[in-house]
Amino acid sequence: MKTMLNIALPKGRLGEKVYDMFEKADFPCPSIKENNRKLIFENEQAGVRFFWVKPSDVAIYVERGAADIGVAGKDILLEYRPDVYELLDLKIGKCDMAVAAKAGFNDDRKRTLTVATKFTNIAKAYYSTLGRDIDIIHLNGSIELAPILGLSDVIVDIVETGATLKENNLVVVEKFQPISARLIANKANFKFKNAVVEKIMEELAKLTENN
Amino acid sequence: MAQLEFVLSGEEKAVYSLRALYLKYGYAQYKMSKFEEYDLYVKNKDFLVSDNVITFTDTDGKLMALKPDVTLSIIKNSKDNPDGALKVCYNENVYRVAKGTNSFKELMQVGLERLGNIDNDAISEVLFLAAESLKTVSESYVLDISSLDLVKTIMDDAGISFEGEKEILSYLAEKNIQGVSAVCIREKVSEQKAELIKKLVTIYGAPEKVLTELSRLNLSAKTKAAVKNLAVIVDGLKNKGVIDNARIDFSVVNNMKYYNGIVFKGFVEGIPNGILSGGQYDKLMQKMGKQSKAIGFAVYLDDINKLPEKNG
Repeated sequence: MKTMLNIALPKGRLGEKVYDMFEKADFPCPSIKENNRKLIFENEQAGVRFFWVKPSDVAIYVERGAADIGVAGKDILLEYRPDVYELLDLKIGKCDMAVAAKAGFNDDRKRTLTVATKFTNIAKAYYSTLGRDIDIIHLNGSIELAPILGLSDVIVDIVETGATLKENNLVVVEKFQPISARLIANKANFKFKNAVVEKIMEELAKLTENN
Repeated sequence: MAQLEFVLSGEEKAVYSLRALYLKYGYAQYKMSKFEEYDLYVKNKDFLVSDNVITFTDTDGKLMALKPDVTLSIIKNSKDNPDGALKVCYNENVYRVAKGTNSFKELMQVGLERLGNIDNDAISEVLFLAAESLKTVSESYVLDISSLDLVKTIMDDAGISFEGEKEILSYLAEKNIQGVSAVCIREKVSEQKAELIKKLVTIYGAPEKVLTELSRLNLSAKTKAAVKNLAVIVDGLKNKGVIDNARIDFSVVNNMKYYNGIVFKGFVEGIPNGILSGGQYDKLMQKMGKQSKAIGFAVYLDDINKLPEKNG
């Protein structure tokens, strides 16, 4: 039996874009486009097996070896710091990690700053480089609500176009970390399935030059 | 005796076969029967894999710790003899916080240390035993070897700052070429020198292939010396018959505050993380006031039960 390469893709729009890149790189799996509720898709001939997982879980699947390679946002990698190889910047899904606040907010440093975010570790690391004392409020979604309701002074979140912020009368204070999708690989499996992973890396690298 | 096959778990079998291997090569069993003072671990916090330590107060009021590591105790309790060859092996439970959790775990760790006069033969012997240890666990294994001296000289030649060096090392560990490149641009490294640093990410694989590729590069005298040194070690592995599963891979990065020279990491198919880790740690010896040089490694056996049972 041929050994299959397990690939974890992030569910959603970004994942579909990423799959298209794999298809162009000559690792197709047509069954993935069928409209059904299947979670795993195989193409034995090409030797690949794709599966959709929650974007924030991709790194865990790869770190623990359930997937040999995967595609995860830099935000997830910075937040969870998984022990994986980060082989390639795919240059898609581009956005920024940013601090945002209500228009007119000014941090006078007289008291502890409260920060609402999904990305606790990133926020802590960022403010520690500024030497600013903060209180973190961990939220799982609708982060933009926090400053509006007075739950926090600022938020640390991903900003793509800034439309959501604008509609809620929030402004970007600073973009401090560019984010994009990265090809990651499990450290052990990278060695044992090296030939095929290298091939994928090479083909995807060619495609990213156009992105 | 035959019945032991059925009695012992995979982990226990590995512990005994590894001990048999090390004893055969003249490594004496080291047993930790006392607790160390917490102070020992705090002073060398960065050397430890996790910085959490379980502490308790001894009857005389001293703050003691349950061992998170065995190497520090072996160094502390050994007689300093720079010309000798102290060879010890151990199997002990260590207490660490597993990554991604908030609770302590008891892990079985097997390993060996060689202290004293560490020449190329000594390094080859330890690398050979590392390879044999991996083979004991699984026939399908890889031993990644790197030379911190080589990595360091290439970065020094490029004039990378202390901060930049730390960043580059963490990008090397991720094989993150774009990250390395970004640091080089920020540090205004010349294009030619930056290319060399990036080669540390892209060149890896079978030792002889890597050495040939390195020899083609335009390297400084110091770096060439480091390459030559690596070639001698590779020759040693060839003579001992463990070259086939060895790879040179500069993504093996150990903390440069403690390690120098050859560092290595071992993987077996079926276990997602490295199960063996080691290297030369002369700098740690100096920090602890010893003149001797040292090299050693540890094998982590907690994941070994994930492997299918070996037949025979």
